[in-house]
Formats: sequence, C-alpha cells, structure tokens
Amino acid sequence: MGRYVARRLLQMIPVFLGTTLLIFLMVYTLPGDPVRGLFGDKGVDPATLARLRHEKGLDLPILQQYWNYMTGIVLHFDFGDQIASGRPVTDVLGDAFPVTLRLAGMAFVIEIVVGIGLGTIAGLRAGRLTDNVVLVFTLLIISIPVFVLGFIIKAVFAFQLGWIDPNVSNDAKWGELLAPAIVLGSLSLAYVARLTRTTMAENLRSDYMRTAIAKGLPKRRIVGVHLMRNSLIPVITFLGTDLGALMGGAVVTEGLFNVKGIGGTIYESIQKREGTTLVGLVTILVLVYLLMSLIVDLLYAVLDPRIRYA
Amino acid sequence: MRGAKSAKWVAGAAIIALAATACGGGDDDADKGKGSAKGAVNADGIFSVEVGEPQNPLQPANTMESNGSIVTDAIFSQLVDYDPSGKLEMINAESVDTKDSKLWTVKLKKDWKFHDGTPVTAESYIKAWNWAANIKNNQTNASWFGDIKGFTDVHPEDAKAKPKADAMSGLKKVDDYTFTIELNAPLPYFSYKLGYTVFSPLPESFYADPKAAGEKPVGNGAYKFVSWDHKKQIKVVRNDDYKGLDKAKNGGVIFKNYTTLETAYEDLKSGNVDVLRQIGPKDLPVYRSDLGDRAVDKPYSAIQTIAVAFYTDQFKGIDPKVLQGLSMGIDRATITKTVLQGTREPATGWVAQGVLGFQKDAAGDVTKYDPAKAKALIKEGGGVPGNKISIQFNADGGHKEWVEAVCNSITQSTGVKCATDSKADFQADTNARDAKEVKSLYRSGWVLDYPVNANFISDLFRTGAAGNQGDFTNKGLDAEIKKADSAASLDESVAAYQKIEKELVNYMPSIPLWYYKVNAGYSEKVQNVDYAQDGDPILTQIEVKK
Repeated sequence: MGRYVARRLLQMIPVFLGTTLLIFLMVYTLPGDPVRGLFGDKGVDPATLARLRHEKGLDLPILQQYWNYMTGIVLHFDFGDQIASGRPVTDVLGDAFPVTLRLAGMAFVIEIVVGIGLGTIAGLRAGRLTDNVVLVFTLLIISIPVFVLGFIIKAVFAFQLGWIDPNVSNDAKWGELLAPAIVLGSLSLAYVARLTRTTMAENLRSDYMRTAIAKGLPKRRIVGVHLMRNSLIPVITFLGTDLGALMGGAVVTEGLFNVKGIGGTIYESIQKREGTTLVGLVTILVLVYLLMSLIVDLLYAVLDPRIRYA
Repeated sequence: MRGAKSAKWVAGAAIIALAATACGGGDDDADKGKGSAKGAVNADGIFSVEVGEPQNPLQPANTMESNGSIVTDAIFSQLVDYDPSGKLEMINAESVDTKDSKLWTVKLKKDWKFHDGTPVTAESYIKAWNWAANIKNNQTNASWFGDIKGFTDVHPEDAKAKPKADAMSGLKKVDDYTFTIELNAPLPYFSYKLGYTVFSPLPESFYADPKAAGEKPVGNGAYKFVSWDHKKQIKVVRNDDYKGLDKAKNGGVIFKNYTTLETAYEDLKSGNVDVLRQIGPKDLPVYRSDLGDRAVDKPYSAIQTIAVAFYTDQFKGIDPKVLQGLSMGIDRATITKTVLQGTREPATGWVAQGVLGFQKDAAGDVTKYDPAKAKALIKEGGGVPGNKISIQFNADGGHKEWVEAVCNSITQSTGVKCATDSKADFQADTNARDAKEVKSLYRSGWVLDYPVNANFISDLFRTGAAGNQGDFTNKGLDAEIKKADSAASLDESVAAYQKIEKELVNYMPSIPLWYYKVNAGYSEKVQNVDYAQDGDPILTQIEVKK
C-alpha cells in the first residue's frame, strides 16, 4: 500500500511537467501578445512595448521562459506576476479559489445526494414506473445544454417568481450559490443516477445478494451494506474525476451567474494571453485531479477488500 | 452644466460590444434619460456603477482602458477639463496661457490638497510627468508627453538605450504654484490635451512605492479612494475638501465588477446596481420599454470607420475614386436602423460630434447611398483590383452582424465581391494589424482623446501617427497638418483642420460609417444621470434619492 502511494506520487512529476509545458506552448502559439494588449486599439509606443516585454522576460525563447517559470514554482513557490495588473498570480488564485471551491463543493454534494438517491430508487425498482420517470428525467437533463438550463432557472425563479437574485453578489453567500450549484451539478447528477441505477440493477441479481436475502438479513442491511458497497465502485470513479471537472469547467455557469471564480479567471487569462496565470491555474487543477484519482483508488480498497495493491 | 469628464480612449473591446443582432425599433429621442421624476436627494447617498476589473494598477499614466480610467478620473483631477460642448474649463489650474503656442505658463489654484493632506504644487505636476515619461517606469501612456521638449532624453526611441536625463528640459518651475511647459514645436490645442488622465499630478508619497500606490491611489480629485476588492468592486467616497468645479453631489461610488453586460442588466432590473455604461446586444430591443424614462440614448464622440490597408498590393496607389465608390455603396441609414437597432447615427464626415470643429456633411456626397454613382465611380477609378474585397474584424467584439451587412450592401450595389475576414479575438486582430497582415480592409474606430477635431485627423491620417495603422500617407496632407498645428491661435488651427477634413474626400484615408451612441440606463434610486463625450457617466452629477 505504501509503495503504491509512493509510486502514484512519483507519477505526478512527469504529468505535472507535461501538462504545464503543453499549456505554455499552447498559449504561446496563439496570435496576440499580452503586452501589446495593454495598449489597446490605438497603436503603441514601440520603446515602452519592448521594455515591458524585456522586463517580464517575454522576449526570451519559449523553453527558457518555461524553465524560468517552473524553477520559480518549484524552488520558491513563486507563481510569477500577472502581466497586466502586476499582481502575484498566487493572489489572483487566492481570490478565485475559495469561491469556486464553495460552488464546486455544493454542486458535488447535490450531485452525490440527489444522484445516488435517484439512482438507488430507480435501481431497486428497475423496469417499473419510478425507473422510467428517472430515466426520462435524467435524459432530459443530459440533453439540455448548461447555459439553457441556467437561463431557464434564472427566468423562472429570478424573474418570474422573484425567489432568488438573478446573480451572485460579491460575497458569494451560500444561499446565492444554490442556483448556480444546481446548474453546475445537474449534468453530472444525471450521469451519477444512471451509473448507480445500472450497477444496482445488475448486482441485485448476483449470488451474494441472493445469499444475503436467504440468510434473512433486514432489508436495510442488504441494500445499505451488501448492495451499495459493491455498486458504488464505478460511481466513485466517476465522482472523483468529476470534482476536478467541476472546478475547471465552470466557465459557462460562472459567467452566467456572475460568479468570480476559477472558470471566469481561466477564460479571461486565455483572452488576454496571460500564460503565467493560466499555467498557475492549470497546475493547481492538475494537482486536484491527481489527488482525487489517488483518493479514488485508495477508496477501492476500502469498498472492496478483494482489491489489493501490490 | 458642469463636469464633463476628461477625454480618454477606450480599449477596443469595451466600446464595440454594443453592436447588435435582431431587428427592433429605434426612436431617436436623445437625452430622454435626464430623470423626469425628481425626488428628495440624499447628499451622502452612495450608488454603484457597472465596470470590469481594471487591467492595470491605478496609476494615471498607466491606465488607458475604460475600466480603469473611469476610476482614475474619479480620484484624480487635472489642470483642465471640458464642458459638454467641448470647451475648455479650468479645474486645478488658475490659468493656462501661451503667446506663441510653444511656451505655456500654468498657474495653479493655491488651496488644493491631495487626499493625504499635502498641497498640490507645481512640483507635484513636474515630478509626476517626468516620472511617467521616463522609460524606466514603463508607463503605457508615456508617449503622451512626446510634445514636451526633452522627451527623447527620458524616453529614447531605442528600448535598450538608457535615458540621458531624469527630467524633461521643457518643464520648469517658476514658483511653488507656477510652472512653464516648453514644447518641441508650437501646438495651439496643447492645453486641451492637459485634461487627459495621464497629465494628473502625484503626491510625494507615490514615489516611495509606485506599485503600492497603484493599488491604493492617493489623488487630488472629487473622490477619495477607499478600497479595491479585486475582481469584485472598488469603492470611493466624496472628497469634502475638494475645491474643483465638479464637486460631487453624492456620497460616493461603488464600481461593481460584472462578467457580462447581460448580468449587469439583470442586476439593474432587480435593483442591485444603479448605473450602467452600456446595454448588451441581447437586451437592446427591450431596454427602452423595460426602463422607460431611465433608458439613455445619447450620442458621444466616437466614430466607426472602415480603414484601408494601403500597404497591400490591392490598395497601393489606389485611385481614391474607387474608395469613394465603395463608400457610396453602403446603405448606412438602413444598416443603423435595422442591424444596429438605432444605436448608431450615420456619419457624414471623419470628425465625431461633440468636439471643437465638428462640421456636418464634411464628406459631402461620399457618405450618401447611391448605387448608380457608386458603380460609376469605381469604374472611373479603374475598378477594385481583383473585384474582391474583405473586411477584417474581431469576432469577440460584436461586429460580425454589421460587417456582414456592410459587405452585402457593397456587393448588392456595386457588384464588388465582399467577404468578411474574422479574427478570433481582439488580440489576434491587433496582431494582424501591427504585423501589417491585413488583406484588404479592416474595421476601425476612434474615441476622442481630447475634444478638438485635430484628434480625429492628425492622430489618424498623418504619416507615421500611432493611429495610422493602414499606412496611409500623403505629403500634401502632411504639410497641411503641419501648417494647422503651427497656426497662431486655437481658432485658426481648428479652422485649418476643418478645411483639411473637407479635403479628405479627395484622398479617402478611410470610409466613415457612423457615430456611436450611449445606450445605457439607470435604476430608480438615482437621478440626474448624464453621459460625457467619452460615453462614461458623469459621476459627480448623479444624485441619490432618499
């Protein structure tokens, strides 16, 4: 087990280097220059432009820029400064991350509770009316694009009924985040429900279930321990990677509800060709992904003792 | 009417976001939004304005885009400002005089103080300008000091060269409240430039840590800086010691950050933000009926044009008649009414409204829609090489619809094939322009820097001017511009530029399309909301209702 974890942690190093280098190269190949962008539409003063580029090290070859940036991160935990505002990237991330964490956390909880709940109900009643209702419901959610769903929620609950404010205010209170969290979590929620339902329905017919029922165990124990524990393995795999996706992929939802989180910051950094900010964000997201998949793998052992790590 | 805000320019993406898609009515009652129902006023009331996150730290010489300049303009006052008709008024200056347009004498009002209590003196200006112009400090607006004698000593053209001096020789202190500015050459309208944010004074505390000062600016303006919660909001409160003409009629302003114009508009309707600077394309068809009296529809000093890449094989040495013909093939009236939903007004010249020297119909017949004549002119001029043109634009700025409409209009009326050349975003668009890679024509626009017609001519069509990205060049015109710049008085210079504008028809340096309008709105909480020449709300005038 210890060796397994160590190996997984060592694997993180090439993944970390590879992803950051890729992002660096991709931003670099986009047309447009972040310093030129500071001057806007009306033409530039070439001398100031050249000096700014030199000062930020943007006139160096791309691999050298990458080297400088990575050594800064690794040796000094220095993520560099934003090109436009001159703010340290760590500050920018520190502003955006708590909001996104809260939003993603809420979406994640909704996803787990409602998704697994619906999946369990449908799975236990496979083929009956409840199952079909859940099937139609999840199909509907999967097929509606996120921005349409967000728009419908806003139109109905904010403009028609007036129950919620249309947009999240600067404090990003829990109550305000509810609507965007539902929108953000809904797509994955549907997948979680479908996954849970299928594995549940399959496992219901397995031998150990028949044995458990034959032993005369109470229903709560049969479903809660014997069935759930085995059925949740694929669901956990999905949930693990999904938390990463929730944090990085919230561009549309965050834009729609004016949430000042990671999604918006990523979008803005791409637009302004802010390579350093982007790499900083992606580095952290990569770490989140790696950590989550490690936790998922460790959870397997807990859920199914047959799985051993050599 | 006091307190039109200083002129400044707006980074492309901000102003252009106005263009629209669907059809809709557009009644033209400008100035409707002056606030009809006047209520009791709370003089200490605070209201909020929609903005985006400022791009740069809030240093006056480093702020050129609109999100930052609306804040720096609130915190800093300059020597002069303009009234809504474009006339100069003294703010921090007692007087700005010159005899020969080359040596200017500035006398300051003596009782002015910075927000930290230190007095505003001649030194505050001289030192600030020298600091901002110095290439070592990398201020994006440094080139604005280029008129002043000795600028090249502190800002050499070669980026690697070290500045020869720390101060410009043209700036001299006479006494604590008087200084002189000597220019490289006479410039009758130089005093108008002094209202631009870049010419703000700075307090002594600034130089100790300019970076920190950009996060927490100390100015001399109508509002004092309170806090900047990055990407969320910036708060300023009224400066009670303010001695300027444009003293605030409210307690302060919160500049609230929005990711999109649509979300800001939703918040306006639900009362979470008070003043908008513009309405998003999606809401343009409904905003007049949604807001009623509180909908704003007012012209401001900016113009949209189609610029010509004169460096291409296609347009090198082109007969201006061809461009005249293309211009006459565009049905401006219909496009502004339908595609742009009445948010623009067809242009009749190259100089925008609201600036000194604006004249109606300066371009004569060239901006009138006349397919027959358009065809004839293009034929007379030898036709468009290849009989095919393209118009480059940035797809993220909401230009697509009108560029397509203009293209169709040209093809229909003249038979010249026209394609749109879309660049993914503003960055890619400017990239192609800087690298001289525009294939044929490109969309261009200009918001005033200072309200004099020279700004729309000299800064755009002079050989080598920063705004002249299409490489238009004409020796005769350059000579006339030089003559207009060295005219004995401001009036003569303006008149000379008016004459030049009338002659532009013979050169066609660009094809004027339409003037911009402010399409915005405000909440029930505020009144007396008006917009200045640069399209920004005049913050100091706004009153908060009880």
